[in-house]
Amino acid sequence: MSADALLVAEDLHRRFGPTPALAGASLAVAAGEVVAVMGPSGSGKSTLLHCLAGIVPPDTGRVRYRGADLTAMSDTERSALRRREFGFVFQFGQLVPELTCLENVALPLRLERVARRAAERRAREWLDRLEVADVAGKRPGEVSGGQGQRVAVARALVTGPRVVFADEPTGALDSLNGERVMRLLAGAARETGAAVLLVTHETRVAAYSDREVVVRDGRTRSLEQVA
Amino acid sequence: MSAAVSRRPAGAGLGDLLMGARMAVTGGRAGWTRTLLTALGVGVGVAMLLLAAAVPGAIDSRGERTGARSEPFVDGPLPAGPDTLLVLHADGQFRQRTVRGWLVRPEGPDAPVPPGLTTLPGPGEAVVSPALRAVLDSPDGPLLVARLGGARVVGVIGADGLSGPDELAWYAGRADLTEEWAGRLDRFGGGGPGEDLGPTLNLLVVIVFVVLLLPVVVFLGAAVRFGGDQRDRRLAAIRLLGADQGMVRRIAAGEATAAALLGLMVGGGLFLAGRQLAWFVSFADYSFYPADLRPAVPLVTLVVLAVPALAIAVALLALRRVAVEPLGVTRRGRPARRRLWWRLLLPVVGLGLLYPATGSEPAPTADWRIAAGAVLLLAGTVTVLPWLVDLVVRPLRGGPPGWQLAVRRLQLDSATSARLVSGVAVAVAGTIGLQMLIAGVQDEFRRPSGQDLTRAQAMVNLPGVAEPRAALDRLATVEGVTGSAATLSTAAAPAGDTNPNAVVTVRIGDCAALAEYAEVDGCADGDVFLARSGDLEAGVEPGGRIRLDEDWTIPTATRIVPARTDPTGGRAQSALLLTPTAAAGLPARHLNATALLTFDPADRDTVERVRATVAAIDPPIGQVLEFRAVREDPGFTKVRTGLTAGAVITLLLLGISLLVGVLEQLRDRRPLLAALVAVGTPRRVLGWSVLAQTGVPVLVGLVLAAGVGTATGAVLLVMVGAPVVLSWPVVGLGTSLGAAVVVLVTAASLPVLWRLTRPDGLRVE
Amino acid sequence: MSIGHTFLGLLQASPRHGYDLKRAYDERFGQARPLAYGQVYATLSRLLRNGLVEVDSVEPGEGPERKRYAITEAGVTDVARWLAQPEKPEPYLHSVLYTKVVLALLTGRPAADLLDVQRAEHLRLMRELTRRKTDGDLADQLVCDHALFHLEADLRWLELTASRLDQLAREVGR
Repeated sequence: MSADALLVAEDLHRRFGPTPALAGASLAVAAGEVVAVMGPSGSGKSTLLHCLAGIVPPDTGRVRYRGADLTAMSDTERSALRRREFGFVFQFGQLVPELTCLENVALPLRLERVARRAAERRAREWLDRLEVADVAGKRPGEVSGGQGQRVAVARALVTGPRVVFADEPTGALDSLNGERVMRLLAGAARETGAAVLLVTHETRVAAYSDREVVVRDGRTRSLEQVA
Repeated sequence: MSAAVSRRPAGAGLGDLLMGARMAVTGGRAGWTRTLLTALGVGVGVAMLLLAAAVPGAIDSRGERTGARSEPFVDGPLPAGPDTLLVLHADGQFRQRTVRGWLVRPEGPDAPVPPGLTTLPGPGEAVVSPALRAVLDSPDGPLLVARLGGARVVGVIGADGLSGPDELAWYAGRADLTEEWAGRLDRFGGGGPGEDLGPTLNLLVVIVFVVLLLPVVVFLGAAVRFGGDQRDRRLAAIRLLGADQGMVRRIAAGEATAAALLGLMVGGGLFLAGRQLAWFVSFADYSFYPADLRPAVPLVTLVVLAVPALAIAVALLALRRVAVEPLGVTRRGRPARRRLWWRLLLPVVGLGLLYPATGSEPAPTADWRIAAGAVLLLAGTVTVLPWLVDLVVRPLRGGPPGWQLAVRRLQLDSATSARLVSGVAVAVAGTIGLQMLIAGVQDEFRRPSGQDLTRAQAMVNLPGVAEPRAALDRLATVEGVTGSAATLSTAAAPAGDTNPNAVVTVRIGDCAALAEYAEVDGCADGDVFLARSGDLEAGVEPGGRIRLDEDWTIPTATRIVPARTDPTGGRAQSALLLTPTAAAGLPARHLNATALLTFDPADRDTVERVRATVAAIDPPIGQVLEFRAVREDPGFTKVRTGLTAGAVITLLLLGISLLVGVLEQLRDRRPLLAALVAVGTPRRVLGWSVLAQTGVPVLVGLVLAAGVGTATGAVLLVMVGAPVVLSWPVVGLGTSLGAAVVVLVTAASLPVLWRLTRPDGLRVE
Repeated sequence: MSIGHTFLGLLQASPRHGYDLKRAYDERFGQARPLAYGQVYATLSRLLRNGLVEVDSVEPGEGPERKRYAITEAGVTDVARWLAQPEKPEPYLHSVLYTKVVLALLTGRPAADLLDVQRAEHLRLMRELTRRKTDGDLADQLVCDHALFHLEADLRWLELTASRLDQLAREVGR
C-alpha cells in the first residue's frame, strides 16, 4: 500500500447474517485518484464502499482515513466526517423529494451551519457547473433521471470533499446520460482534487477511472498486483 | 373493430374485488406488514366501538344482578313463616369503597337464599365476595374483619350475586336478629329500578360517547389508508397489465374490504381478549364481569357493516386524489388550494342543530339532535384542520435543515399529517368542551358539604343501642381518636299536644359535648338548656311538660340559649339539652348514642377502626359519617371519572394510530433516510424533522381544538342554562394531554427511526 | 492463434501421441475447422527442434503414430509466459482467450488471474479511449465509442467466463 494513501482498508470482513459480504478486502485510495470498484452483483462492492465511507463498520479489519482509524470512531464522529470530508452519489433514493433541487444541493452546507443564502449561492454555482442550473427550482420528481443524478453529483461535491463515493451513479441511466454524469463527475473531481471511489458494474463507466479494483466473493483483486 | 374490443363478462367486477382482496393478503413481507398494520389499526378502532356498544348492556346486566338480590316491595306486613328470612342491611364504607353487608336469620327451613349463595350462612358464619376476601387476606384485613361481627368466613358469593367482580359484599348469619331492626322477606328480587342519572347527566353521557367515539371513527379512517403510497404503486403496476380505472377502483375496494374484514376479526379478538381486563378495572364502585360486556346485536351488525363500508369509501376517496397511470402514480399536480366553504359547512350545521336546544331544559327526546350537533361541530375540526395546516405551513421558509425538511414535506402533502393528527384534535376539542361544561355546571353537583372539619372528623350514630354509655366509651378509646363529644338523645313530644309532627330532641351530655349543639356559656353539671332555633314548639318551655316514656317537666331553671349548627353542617336545631346530673331520673329507656369524634384526618386507618368498633356494637345498625369538606353527587363523579379515563384512553389509542402513521411514513422513506444518514446527516436533524412534521400539525390542531372545544363547551353551557365561563385550566389540560401524546409518539418512533437509518437501508438492491 | 502454444498446453496436461493431440485440439478448440495432419506434425517437429517437447516413448511398428510426445521444462515455461501475457485487445479475440483459459485449467494454472490480466489490459485501452473521447471532437467520440463498445463486449465475456470458471473446470476435467 502506498504511503501517501488517503483512505486505506486492510483485510475487511463483514457478514450480514449468515452471508459473508466481505471476506478479506483491502484497498488504498490516494488523493485525487479515481478508483473503480467492479465485480459481479453480490460480490460485496457496495459493502466495501459502505465500510470505506464509515457507513457500515466492518466486523474485523481496519479503515484508515488520513491516518485516523475510522473503525474506532463513534457514530457521531463518523457522521461528521462523512458530512465534511466525503461526498456521496447513489443510484437512487438520495434526493429529498420535498425539497427543490437547489435546496437539496444546499442541504449538506446547511447541515454544516452555513447560512441559507450563502449555501444556496454555492449550490447554484455547482448546479451550473453540472449543467443543471435550469432545474434549480424544481423538485426531484419533476426532473429527468440524468438531471437528478447530476443534481446528486452537485450535492456530493458542494462541500468540497476529499473523497467522493459513488455507488452505481449511472445505474438507472441510459448510456449517453450515464456517460455525461460520469464525465462531469470525474472532471469536477479532478479539478477539485477529490478522490473518487466508484462502484459500478459497467465497464464503460469504470473506464472513467484511473485504476480498477475487482471484488469477487468478498475479496479484492487489484489487477496491478496480479500483473 | 368494435367486435374485437370484447366486453368483459358480467361478474368480472366481483373478480376484481377478489383479486384486490387476494393482493391484500399476499404480496410479500411489505404487503403483509401493511395489511397487518391496517388490520391492527382497524381492529383497535373496532374494539373501541364494540366496547362502547357493550356499555349499555353491561349496565343492564349489572342492574339485573343487583335487582335480583334487592328486597321486593311488599304490601303490608309479612308474617313470619317457614319461608321467611330476616335481613338487616349493614352497608358501610371501607377506604372510600362501599361495603355491602347483609345480616340474615332464616325463620324456617324454606327461607329464600340470595343469588350467588347456595345456602344461607348459619349463625356466626359469613359468605363474602372474592374482592372482600382479598381485602380480608391483605394487611387491611384486621380492620375489616370486625365488620362481619366475628363471623367465620365459610364461602364465597358467586358472580350472579354481585354487582361486579370488584364489589365488597358479605352475608353473615346472626341468631339474635329480630323484627325490631331487620326486615322480613320471602324472596329476593323485585325491588325498584336502579338509580337514574337525571337529564343533565344523561346529556353528559351522550356527549361523552360522542366525544370518545368520534376520534375512533377518525382513527378508523386513517387506519384504512395505511400504506397508501405502496398500494398506489402496486395499482400502477396492474394498470400496466391492462387494467382500466374502474378495475383499479374495484381492486382497491377489494383490498380495503379485505383489510377491513381482517380488522373486524382482529377487533373482535381484541375486544374478547380486552374485556378480560374487566376483572382488573373498576372505578367509583363500578366493576363489571367480562361476560357483562356483551354488545347489543344491532350495534354489532352496524359496526360489522359500517367499518368495511367506511374502508371502501376512504379507499375510493383516496384514489380520487391520485391518477393511477400504467407508468406510475401522479398526484394530481400541486394540490389545489383547499376550499373553505364546505369545510365550514359541518360545524355550522352542527351549531344550527344545537342552537334550538339552548335556553330550554334539555329533554331526553332531543338527545339525537344534541348528539348530531355535537358530532358535526366536532367533526368540523377534522374538515377544517387540513385547510388550516395548509394555511399555516404555506408561507413558511428557511429555518434549520431539520425544520426545512419537515416544512417542505408538509407543504407538499399536509393532508397525510393533518389526517393523522385530526383524531387527536377532535379528542382534545371534545375533552375541552366537556370539561368546560362540567366546570360550568360544577356548582349544580359539587358543593361544599358545610361539614366543619375543624370541630370533628366523623359522627357516629348508634340508634337504640343497648348499652349506650359503654358504647360511647368504647368509641372514645378507639386507637387514634383524640376527642369525643358524646351525647345521648331521644325524641319527645309536648305533653298533650295532638300534632304528631311536634317533636323536640332531648340530648344528654357533658358541658363540652353540649357546646357542639348550643351556646352553653357558663355551663355546669346540673344545668338544663333549651337551645332555640326559630320558634319553639308550643309547650316546650321552662316549666312545660313533654312526653317521654312518661311525662316529664322541664325544670323552670332552664336557660334559653341560641342553638348552634353542629359539625355535620345541618341546620341548627332546637333541642332540650341536659347535663348528666339533670338527666338523672329522665324517664327514657331507649336512647340513641351520638359521638362527634376528632382524630388526625391524615391517618386513614382511624376511621376504619371506628367503623370496625361500630360494627361490633349491638344492634349492628350504627352509622359512621366521615366528614368531607366537599360533597359530590356520586352519579356526577362517575360521569366525570369516566370521561377523564375515556379521554386518556382515547388519546392513547390515537397516539397509537399516530405512531403507526409516523412509522409508516418513516418506512416509506427508508431508502431516503438511510441515504441522508450515509451522507452524514446527524440523526438529531432527522429526529427534529420527524417531531416538527407531526408537531406543527398538532400545534395547529390543538389551537383549532381549543377553539372548537371552547365553542362546543359554550353552546353546551348555554343549553343547560349555566353561565358561560372560559376556564383556562380546562383548555390547558386538554391541550397538554394532546401535546403529551405527540411527545410520547415522537419518543416512541425514534428507536424505529434509528433502526431505519442504519445503513442497511442502503441495501435496496 | 498459436497452435504451438496450444499443443504445449495440451501436452503439459498429459503426454500424447500426435493423433491424440489432434483429436484433443479439434474437440476443444477446432470448432468447425479440424487441423490437417500435416500441420500437426509440422508444428510438433518445430517444437521438438526448439526443445519445447521431447519424444516420450516409441512404440514398435510403422508410421509417425508410434511416437508419444511430452513437454520439456522449457516448454512449461513457454506456456506459462504465453498464458500470463495479455492479448492485445482486438476484435474476435475470444478463440485465443478461450484456448488460454482451457489450457490454464488443464494445466492447473490460475485461470482467473489470466482473465483478470486480460481484463486490466482491456480496461487500460478503454481508459485511453475514454480520455481521447473526453478531449476530442464528435468524430473522435464516435470512433472511440465504436471501439469502446467492442471492448466492452469482450470485457463482458471475460466477466461471464470468470464467473463460470468452476463450471468450465469441471467440464474440462472430465
